[in-house]
Amino acid sequence: MNFLPNIIFIVLLVVTSVIFAKQVKKIRRNILLGRDENRSDRRRERFEQMFKVAIGQSKMTTKPLSGALHIIVYVGFVVINIEVLEIVIDGVLGTHRIFADFLGSIYDLLIGSFEILALGVLLACVVFLARRISKRIKRFDGVEMTAWPKNDANIILIVEIALMMAFLVMNAADEQLQSIHVEGYIAAGFYPISGWLSPLMGMFEASTLIVIERSCWWFHIIGILGFLNYLPFSKHFHILLAFPNVFYSKLTPQGQFNNLESVRKEVELMMDPNVDPYASPPEDDLNAALPAPFGAKDIQDLSWKSIMDSYTCTECGRCTEDCPANQTGKLLSPRKIMMDVRDRAEELGRFIDKSGKGSTDNKSLLNDYITPEELWACTSCNACVDSCPVNNNPLAVIVDLRRYLVMEQSQAPNELNIMFGNVENNGAPWAFPAADRFNWASEED
Amino acid sequence: MADLQVSTMADFLAKGEKPEVLFWVGCAGSFDDRAKKITRAFAKILNKVGTKYAVLGKEESCTGDPAKRAGNEFLFQMQAMMNIQVLNGYGIQKIVTTCPHCFNTLKNEYPELGGKYEVIHHTQFIQELLDSGKLKVEGGDFKGKRITYHDPCYLGRANDIYDAPRSLIQKLDTELAEMKRSRAKGLCCGAGGAQMFKEAEKGEKDINIERTEEALELNPSIIATGCPFCNTMITDGVKLKNRNREVKVLDLAELVAQAADL
Repeated sequence: MNFLPNIIFIVLLVVTSVIFAKQVKKIRRNILLGRDENRSDRRRERFEQMFKVAIGQSKMTTKPLSGALHIIVYVGFVVINIEVLEIVIDGVLGTHRIFADFLGSIYDLLIGSFEILALGVLLACVVFLARRISKRIKRFDGVEMTAWPKNDANIILIVEIALMMAFLVMNAADEQLQSIHVEGYIAAGFYPISGWLSPLMGMFEASTLIVIERSCWWFHIIGILGFLNYLPFSKHFHILLAFPNVFYSKLTPQGQFNNLESVRKEVELMMDPNVDPYASPPEDDLNAALPAPFGAKDIQDLSWKSIMDSYTCTECGRCTEDCPANQTGKLLSPRKIMMDVRDRAEELGRFIDKSGKGSTDNKSLLNDYITPEELWACTSCNACVDSCPVNNNPLAVIVDLRRYLVMEQSQAPNELNIMFGNVENNGAPWAFPAADRFNWASEED
Repeated sequence: MADLQVSTMADFLAKGEKPEVLFWVGCAGSFDDRAKKITRAFAKILNKVGTKYAVLGKEESCTGDPAKRAGNEFLFQMQAMMNIQVLNGYGIQKIVTTCPHCFNTLKNEYPELGGKYEVIHHTQFIQELLDSGKLKVEGGDFKGKRITYHDPCYLGRANDIYDAPRSLIQKLDTELAEMKRSRAKGLCCGAGGAQMFKEAEKGEKDINIERTEEALELNPSIIATGCPFCNTMITDGVKLKNRNREVKVLDLAELVAQAADL
């Protein structure tokens, strides 16, 4: 017996899995560069949210066409993975259609449904690709949609179309081989879609059919293992992160911004009449690490969840499409905010790989990637947060960066500084005397 | 017309009494001439139904919302701590407010800092009054008129309150016309996130114009909203479009007060 294919397959499987695991570890490390934040509370609600939004795709369907097509691709991806499992086992053991034996007629049902789903995925991807190529959907454009994001989207769709075609042609050849009783090709499976190709397959001899079947089999599985290793560099990584990302997403009302604990300590000190304002810090504090800044300048200052958001972002542009600032021609694009966070996290990660932990290149998310003009255009309306199908929160990043600009750099627009002064002095954002606050009751309409 | 009878918390304290609810007026409602009318309309409703309520008067101060959205967490927490001292000092338990920004801040961001209250928006309060029959309105002047409702972000998306405001409009026998972007898809008026206090960044259009155009497409007689800032932005938009003669921008409290002849 020839063990060469098994050995090649096992080596391929191990090598691609190891490389993939390494890349995932890097992404995990990059996510954990962020600030600690507890998102493991209220687990029941988190599971419910994950079932509804991630597994149930509830937010995808606000756009009925792309939502429905996406559900076909998503269900196809999940279900066809059972077939991939069989292919992997066959590859390792040198068997053929190993599940057929002990699944019996259920196997027919499985293969039949894989085929229908494969056709569905194929057609959905063709429609998706046509939508992108036709350039008729505005949200696929934008300043952040440079060559790579656009190519990335097209590559994903083309690979998926190719994989599904290989799967169907493989089945067609297999079915033909089964019908002419070629050794090793046991009669198994039900082929509602690839059956359409049997007139074509009937033209070939058994040896050619075996070549077709084997080529497609290898193309399909190498394609999948290759695609797996493409994910960490692509927006397509969302197929893995969408689930934990929704699980850990914010449960509090969208309007609720977090109260900075570091600021709270300072404010409590300021308001405590018993505090000695001239006290110097205790001795051992002098050697302590520099305190973290208020707000965020770079990746390390963001919550880890914001970084996870960025790796989950699939660049669909629903956030930017719904952003009032973007719709009226301002520079702000919530999708760009997410993509910038990921790009910067990747850049910082590569730098740390090269120069060791704790070292910094002299770049930052703020200014080198995201400009104050973008940040100040936000109305904090939460439209981007609401529209994100994977519950990303671009607003959290915007607010953290604004906090840094205001509290660390005093770089708010001048009008906002005036507003701050008014709030501080008059208890209102406008320059009205606090004594006039109750005048409304004695005035007339 | 005589002065509105409005008591402050200090008045109640002097009498050794406690009100059922505190009416948090907010800065716009206290100082902005247009928003003061909304405040008075809601106070008239409260007076009409005999709710035992009080305001803080000169003891009220900015919740800190615009400072927080603009990134000035220090100023926000200073304001919050001071307000919480006042509110807790009076033993406040329930707050109603006509401003969705105050509403969001008091309801969601104060508890962690020690200010735990039941906070409701005035549209919810009025809905309760109408549902329980304490307040009765008929369409009157509004009957059959076409009204569109603009969802304030800090009421809608921020806090999932979409139905209470709409139920008030429906009670007035009017025709509620929905904009294409409504409820969770509602477009911001352009004032949130402290934009109210600064010029917009450069772009092709102002957000309030974009929103006003959408509302005007429906040819409404009234654009209703539940936020003094949205009111300002859309009123400005309607003026700029020279439609202010035939289209009124009104708060829901004003609609109900007018319908109830207050």
